Amino acid sequence: MKLWKRLMCTARRKSPWLFHMNSGSCNGCDIEIIAALSPRYDAEQLGVLLQGSPRHADILVVTGPVTNKAVHAVKTVYDQVCGPKAVVAIGSCPATTNVFIDSRTLAGPLDKHVPVDVFVPGCPPRPDAIIAGVVKAATLLADRGNDSPKPAIVIAETVVEVQP
Amino acid sequence: MNPMLTALARMLIFPGLLFAVPAAWFFLWVERKAVARMQERVGPPFMQPFWDFMKLLGKSTPPRPGIAGFIMRAWPLIAVASAAGAVGLLPVLPASGGFEGDLILLLALLELPSICIIAAGFSSRSIFGEIGSAREAALSVSYNIVFLLAIVSIAASQHTFRLEALASMHPSFLTVLGIIAILICLPAKLHINPFSLPNAEQEIYAGPMTEYAGPELAMWELAHGLEWVAATGLVATLLTPHNIVPHIALAWAATLLAGCIFVVLSVAVVLLLSVLAAATARLAIDSSVRFYWQCTLIFAVLAISSALFVRFWS
Repeated sequence: MKLWKRLMCTARRKSPWLFHMNSGSCNGCDIEIIAALSPRYDAEQLGVLLQGSPRHADILVVTGPVTNKAVHAVKTVYDQVCGPKAVVAIGSCPATTNVFIDSRTLAGPLDKHVPVDVFVPGCPPRPDAIIAGVVKAATLLADRGNDSPKPAIVIAETVVEVQP
Repeated sequence: MNPMLTALARMLIFPGLLFAVPAAWFFLWVERKAVARMQERVGPPFMQPFWDFMKLLGKSTPPRPGIAGFIMRAWPLIAVASAAGAVGLLPVLPASGGFEGDLILLLALLELPSICIIAAGFSSRSIFGEIGSAREAALSVSYNIVFLLAIVSIAASQHTFRLEALASMHPSFLTVLGIIAILICLPAKLHINPFSLPNAEQEIYAGPMTEYAGPELAMWELAHGLEWVAATGLVATLLTPHNIVPHIALAWAATLLAGCIFVVLSVAVVLLLSVLAAATARLAIDSSVRFYWQCTLIFAVLAISSALFVRFWS
C-alpha cells in the first residue's frame, strides 16, 4: 500500500497535464504558455502535455482577470477537471486584476472563485517562470494526493535569464 | 507441448500481455520521442507513458449513473481486451501453433478497438465525441476496404488464411505491394497525422475521448498502445524472413532470434510512422476519405485481382 502511494506520488509529479483556460486575457500570457510548450523551452521534457479536454487535465492554467462573462465558465471548467487537481494563475491579471482593477466589467481576482495553488507573476511572465510554476503545482499535487486543496499560496520565482 | 498451454503462454506471456503492455508503453514513447526529435525538441523521458498511465489510474472519474454509465465504462475495457488478443495471435515465434482461419480472427480483433471508439463517442453524449465518432466511422469505412483487400490479396496469393503460413512465406512482388498498402492504412488505423481526425487534439477537444477521465482514459491509452503493437507487429511478422530461422539448430537460439527480429522490425515501423506523423499536418475529413477511395483503392483492387488471377492460372 505504501509502495502504491509512493508510485502514485512520483507519477503525479512526473505527468502534469494542463488545460489552458482564458478568462478574458489580452493573449499575452497565452502566447507565453504556447512558447513554454514550443521547441525552445520544450515543457514535454518534464511530462507536461497540453490537453484538449478539461476531463483529461490535472492542472488548470488560467490567464486573464476573470471578466463577468467568464466567471461561470471558469467555475464550470474547474468542476469538470477530475481530482486531484491544481490551479495555476498565470500573470498578474488573475492574481490582482492588474491594470483593470476596480473595473465594473470584472469579477476577479481568480482566487475569489476557485482555490488557486500557484501564482506566476508577470505581465506577461516568462515561459521559464510558467514552467517553474507548473512544476511547483505538480509537486504540490503529488504531496497533497486526494486531500482537498489547502489555501496555501506559493509564488513561483521568476527566473531571469541573463543574456550574454 | 500441450497446445492449450502454448495458446495460454502466447496470450499471457509472449507476444501477449506480459510483453505487449511494456511494449505498448515503449512504442508510445518512441512515437512521442521521434516527433519531438523531428521538431528539434528533447522530448519526454523514457518512463513517460508509464507515469501517465499510473497517474490516470489514481485520478477520480465523474459519476456515471445507470446503464448508460456502465456501457460507457465498458468500451475501453473491450478495446484493451481485443487489442491484447490481437497481439497474442501474432505468429512471432516459429512453430507457435495457431489454427486455420486465425487471420480472420486477427482482423476482427484489430477492428474492434475502432468500433469501441465510435460507440464510446456516441455513448458519451458530448457533441465533440459525436463529431469524433462520425469522423472515425467515415475514416474506418474508407481505409478498411484498402486494408482488407491488401491482406486478402496476400492471403489469396499464399492460398491460406493461416497466419503462420503467411509469416513464413517467401516475399514476392505481390506481397510487397500488399505490405505497402497495409502501411498506407496504418496512420488512419492508429489515428496519427495526417489522419488524426477522430481525436483531433484541440480542434474538437479530444474527440470521442472528451468525456473520459482517470482510469477509463488510462485504459484508452493502453488500448491505443496495444493497437500500435498489434498493427506494427502484423507488418513485422509479414516482413520477417522466417525461412532463415529453421536453419539454426538450437531451438532456444531460433526462438530468441525470431523474437529479436520481430521487435526490431516493429520499432522500425513505429519510427517510420512517427516520422510521417511529424512531417505532415492533419488533413480534412473529405480529403482523407478521397485519398483512400480515389488514390489507394485502385492499387488494392489491382493487387487482389492479380492475386486471384495468379491463383487460378497456376
